Amino acid sequence: MLRVAEIHKDYDGKPLLKGISFEVRQGELVCLLGSSGSGKSTMLRIIAGLENPESGKVYWNNEDYTQKPTHERGFGLMFQDYALFPHRSVAENIAFGLRLAGHSKAEVEPLVGKALESIHMQEFADRPVTELSGGEQQRVALARALAPDPHLLMLDEPLGALDHNLRTELLQDLRKRLHESRKPVIYVTHDQEEAFALADRLLLLHDGKLVQEGTPEIVFNQPANAWVASFLGLGNLVPAKLISANIVETKIGQIELENESELELGSECMLLLRPQEALIGEAAVGMHNHLRAVVQDVIFQGEYYRLEALVGNTLLQVHSDHDLEVGQTLDIAWSAKKLQCLPLS
Amino acid sequence: MKRSRSLTWLLWLIPLVFLLYFFYQPLLAIFRQVFSERFNQGWQFFSWDQVSQPLVFTLWQALLSTLLTLLVGLPAAYLFARFDFAGRKGLHTLSLLPFILPTVVVATAFNTLIGPRGWLNLILMDLFNLSSPPIQLLNSLPAILLAHIFYNTSIIIRMVGNSLSRLNPHYEEAARVLNATPWQAFKEVSLPLLMPTILGASLLVFLFDFTSFGVVLMLGGSQYATLEVEIYNQAMNRFNLPMAGLLSIIQLLVTLLITLAQNRVRKPRFGNAALSGERKARHRPTDTWQKTFVVIMVILLLVLFISPILSLVTRSFVTFEAARGERGEFQTGFTTRYYSELFQNRSGSIFYANPLAAIRNSLVYSVITMVIATSLGLISAYALSRSGKFTRWLEPLFMLPLGASAVILGLGFLLTFNKPPWTSGPFPILIPIAHSLIALPFVVRTLLPAIQGIPNSLREAARVMGAKPWEVFQEIDLPILLRAMIVSLAFSFTISLGEFGASSFLANARTPTIPVTIFRYISQPGALNYGQALAMSTLLLITSAAGSLLIEKIRLPGEELF
Repeated sequence: MLRVAEIHKDYDGKPLLKGISFEVRQGELVCLLGSSGSGKSTMLRIIAGLENPESGKVYWNNEDYTQKPTHERGFGLMFQDYALFPHRSVAENIAFGLRLAGHSKAEVEPLVGKALESIHMQEFADRPVTELSGGEQQRVALARALAPDPHLLMLDEPLGALDHNLRTELLQDLRKRLHESRKPVIYVTHDQEEAFALADRLLLLHDGKLVQEGTPEIVFNQPANAWVASFLGLGNLVPAKLISANIVETKIGQIELENESELELGSECMLLLRPQEALIGEAAVGMHNHLRAVVQDVIFQGEYYRLEALVGNTLLQVHSDHDLEVGQTLDIAWSAKKLQCLPLS
Repeated sequence: MKRSRSLTWLLWLIPLVFLLYFFYQPLLAIFRQVFSERFNQGWQFFSWDQVSQPLVFTLWQALLSTLLTLLVGLPAAYLFARFDFAGRKGLHTLSLLPFILPTVVVATAFNTLIGPRGWLNLILMDLFNLSSPPIQLLNSLPAILLAHIFYNTSIIIRMVGNSLSRLNPHYEEAARVLNATPWQAFKEVSLPLLMPTILGASLLVFLFDFTSFGVVLMLGGSQYATLEVEIYNQAMNRFNLPMAGLLSIIQLLVTLLITLAQNRVRKPRFGNAALSGERKARHRPTDTWQKTFVVIMVILLLVLFISPILSLVTRSFVTFEAARGERGEFQTGFTTRYYSELFQNRSGSIFYANPLAAIRNSLVYSVITMVIATSLGLISAYALSRSGKFTRWLEPLFMLPLGASAVILGLGFLLTFNKPPWTSGPFPILIPIAHSLIALPFVVRTLLPAIQGIPNSLREAARVMGAKPWEVFQEIDLPILLRAMIVSLAFSFTISLGEFGASSFLANARTPTIPVTIFRYISQPGALNYGQALAMSTLLLITSAAGSLLIEKIRLPGEELF
């Protein structure tokens, strides 16, 4: 299927992508995740042929596509701003790709009808796209991208322009439609919730490189480095130093890990303390990694309380199932088997 | 509320009185001239040929000029919007320059290029040892067309190029992903989205070509007369005022029709989504086709824009005079004589036009125009910025003068004010007033968007903090409008300095302006007259170019000039 190899791309004279390689298999939904400006969209544009890489190759079924013009690739791309043609109606927008692929009018019409039906917008056929709401535009854009039956579908932050409620609603719909299409999909986003909900596999892009690749579970449970943990908001990150095979020295004291770290003795790392894994109060007393903290703030989050707890002069977040007083002292502990010290990069 | 109402009244009143007295009264005089004649003597003062000939020619040359301008301008707009290349910025600035150049300067510039004493002929004469100029391009249709292309290509580049560079590049890319070739993507997506702009720009170019006066008068000779030139001829040379009036009315009607059509096509379509903020969609030319396109266009534009200007400036420093009795032999050399002659007082000849007085007059008129146009424009723009029933009623009255040509204004002034106290007064105030009317639309169009752009919340915040109405204006409006004010001042100064149409009616031997003097010099025989015309044109060129650069430099991006 799709394979990109060692893609390098500069932007304004500075390297943006520094050797990106990955594959997308048949029917697989891959999420390319990274902060804004990390070059995610550029990666899509290179695959689509809208931009040329400085070096590296794009293969489709082992055929070198790097120099192939965009319109001959047969890949679909949905833009973040949808880029619906404002001078054409909904139906004409959807028909565009089919028409230019050389289908006759008689062939195009039923296909457009079917596409409109699939997004439940039959009665919108002759409306100008400028009169559609954000959510409707999003659906039309997806239908337009899928209409010519592309080999590969790429979506650039398809929910990025919508407000929160609509996003959650459309995310379900999108998930269903993308899986039904059985096409290989590359989905670009900076939102981990979206990525976790949709992806078969995640690709995390940081500083021009893929820092981790794997299923959502693997990425969540075993973040490759401190940046991944911080980007995904997995929990407290405390600077640490490995002083023996399974003990790290930190500002909040020595902490014991269950698994022996693969890092070199004496190297710096980031201790990940997940708030939801914290034991508090009675449960913490007598544990190995026992800390004493002062509660600074209690924030009600619905299903739990989020505590801001001060240990020494380090502020940690922990979750609690019951309310606590601000100012009270609190025992906190993390079980050694739940802890990891992550490489800095 | 009450006070604000009366202020609105006052804001309307001042420009309204000015327009009624100095614009509508002269216009009415033209109508009266034509129709009173009709009742007195019937329509014997003209034959249909006299009307239809210039009308048909005017339309024909305007159509031809517009098509040719599009032929150069559209690729040029594409060049500037899509490609990065060395010297792009400089060439872009250069291509915007002609718009504000005075017509007489453009006419003399082309004269020095293709005229009988121009470089082209001189070089050919030298090369082939000829005794007379081999090409007769002056007084021909191609000369007129060439000058019109030179003038109006900048309008296409500015308007279409601006839209093209603001067009969301995702549209074309989306089309590319949806199986369209680059050409199909342009044809199916960008072109339809740009069509309103292209049509609007074309109509504007057509309007400018249709009302072209100075260029046609000086490059077209006696056999090619547009309506404007014919109005001038009838009024100033044949003293057939009714005929001039009739032509004016026809001219006015056609102008009005074009303006209406232009307003219709320019109505925004497709929402604002299509045109977003300026994006960087430019790239270096990649394949051979693109490189060839860029190279050809750059050379074409350089030749088109630089050659007339360069030839004017260089020719003004060179003597080419046939030594007596020896045909084909020239005394050539560098000279500054044409310039020094400008400052010599030789009042012996009756045809003598005093260049020094012209320069002094023009500067004085320009300063007065600057003051009148900008203050009147500021008041008008404030009046127009206030919404209400009143505004809707009066707006058309304000907008009509935009379509009136300088020549018609000149004729109207001649008919209305050719009597004391206007003629007997110590100072020819009519010329700067006419110039102010011509500059007013540009000033209003510069100031109005700037005024509308000030959020009312700023004024309200100032009021809440205790500022009196006048203090609000002083502390909020004035500093924000400063840039637009400077642009307006520079605009009205430059327009007045180069104005020819109205001045050609109003300036007499006592009150010459620079353009009128240049016209007189170049219409007279003799190398010295020619040289002095070139020297003055060069000075005017430098001043106008400086004004134009100043305007481009401080003008806010996105302000439409037309």
